[in-house]
Amino acid sequence: MSEPILSLRGLNTHIAQYHILHGVEFDVPRGQLTMLLGRNGAGKTTTLRSIMGLWRASAGEILFEGRNIAGLSTPEIARLGIAYVPESMAIFADLTVKENLVLAARNGPLDGARLDWLFGLFPAMKRFWTLPAGVLSGGQKQMLAVSRAIVEPRKLLLVDEPSKGLAPSIIANMITAFRELKQGDTTILLVEQNFNFARQLGDSVAVMDDGRIVHRGSMAALASDAGLQQKLLGLSLDAHQ
Amino acid sequence: MLHAILSGDVPRSKVLAAALALIFFALLLAPFVFPTVNALNVAGKICIFILLAASYDLLLGYTGIVSFAHTMFFGIGAYGVAIVMGRVAPDWGGVLLGGGIAIALSVALAALIGLFSLRVRAIFFAMITLAVASAFAILASQLSTLTGGEDGLNYRVPEMLRPAFRLFDGEILGIVINGRVMAYYLTFAVSLLLFLLLLRVVNSPFGRVLQAIRENEFRAEAIGYRTVHYRTLANCLAAAVATVAGMLLALVLRYTNPDTTLSFTIMMDILLMVVIGGMGTLYGSVLGATLFLLAQLYLKDVMGAASAATSGVPLLPSLLHPDRWLLWFGLLFIASVYFFPTGIVGRLRSLAQRHRLL
Repeated sequence: MSEPILSLRGLNTHIAQYHILHGVEFDVPRGQLTMLLGRNGAGKTTTLRSIMGLWRASAGEILFEGRNIAGLSTPEIARLGIAYVPESMAIFADLTVKENLVLAARNGPLDGARLDWLFGLFPAMKRFWTLPAGVLSGGQKQMLAVSRAIVEPRKLLLVDEPSKGLAPSIIANMITAFRELKQGDTTILLVEQNFNFARQLGDSVAVMDDGRIVHRGSMAALASDAGLQQKLLGLSLDAHQ
Repeated sequence: MLHAILSGDVPRSKVLAAALALIFFALLLAPFVFPTVNALNVAGKICIFILLAASYDLLLGYTGIVSFAHTMFFGIGAYGVAIVMGRVAPDWGGVLLGGGIAIALSVALAALIGLFSLRVRAIFFAMITLAVASAFAILASQLSTLTGGEDGLNYRVPEMLRPAFRLFDGEILGIVINGRVMAYYLTFAVSLLLFLLLLRVVNSPFGRVLQAIRENEFRAEAIGYRTVHYRTLANCLAAAVATVAGMLLALVLRYTNPDTTLSFTIMMDILLMVVIGGMGTLYGSVLGATLFLLAQLYLKDVMGAASAATSGVPLLPSLLHPDRWLLWFGLLFIASVYFFPTGIVGRLRSLAQRHRLL
């Protein structure tokens, strides 16, 4: 396994009086796609939000390239090269598709070749380039949210349930997009409920339950062990084919 | 060329474009078309309040900041010029000195309020600005040796802006180009330039970040923008423009007191102008300020005429009596907010878009 770009060590997060994350520990190997799986309410989104500094970790370390980023502000964390795609189509609805992408391109003007690559992945972005993002369909908004995160190369991409509520054809586009990103230099940590989506993409996997990591290993091993899936996720692979 | 002047932010509605063109040419030619002193004062006030409302829209409409301290910056501009004109020298050097001090003070105060308060939730920020603005208004009344207290200050302005000044011996197109006309055109030109500057700002990358912050602050932070810095910068810019609007008012009126610059009523008026015109569309400030001021200044006269015209009809003359103008004024604005929830500009643009799609 390659060296981790991100390591969580004993991460605890409280939201108001509620203790959500209880000593979460796992590594995200560089250049790989790590799936973070678990039932609803297991703490997956809180983990991503804690990494981004949107929820402040109450204890533990978040090591990014060896540096503890647990005390940094969200913009500082983003500027280290970490992009975050929240769940539920997190776009800026009043801005156009173009403006959404320009906004995310912090290092200067949009790169033409990168844009062509994005348009190849998500042709709708080109078609609706000058339209307000608010008028896009649900799937197109999700594509825009992902496009915004990858409009410039980033070291680490945190993606929260990209397939949620999407049509199968759009999910296929998403899978292609993440495969291509993986082949490049981007490391991805992806939260997902759709196991079929997860097993097609994941290299490694961490499974959460009740704010704790209950399993770490390779995605291939989990995908081939129906008993383990049933135990960890309460599902059978057949049901999600 | 017009596209470039408007920073690519075109009206996107023929009716809106026509209304804006009408207001622009009416203001451009005001001294010639409406040559009375009163009409010129109204035109000057419209220019100043368009600028003031536009600067407030940068905060409210584009950044989502609810501030009640905007008239404080307006007042600082007016008092800055008034104090220096009255106590140092009524010349252009005095205008620059007073204006420079006022802008510096406003920007410093806006930065201070922003850095300390923009981290808190919107309602607390609004309350803090209300408290600071109230304290400043009381301070202006209490420091009577400097500000003239409740009576305010009367002062001389640079010679070129005094009513007795004549630019030419004869008349130009039927009017004498005197100091009043010069003061009006100074107000018109500065307001227009700063309005275009604001248009450039909201259509720049900086403006897009402000709009992103308005829509979702956390998302903007997750992309890497330090939202407090952007909001503070917007606060400073809006404060500086409001200060210049105050300076212009001081030069046009030649007196400054708390009622004309610092009162909470003015703050409410600006808020209404922005909401009625359409938040987040600088053109809304143009329409909102113009309609609001015209209604405020002329509704009484219109109602007087209507009351006289309906003298034979039962009930109507007393309902339309000029003394009830405030009631009708209120009803008019309740109706406009009800029928145009996105403001006049928002409504006109959505109608134009629907028309294009049909």
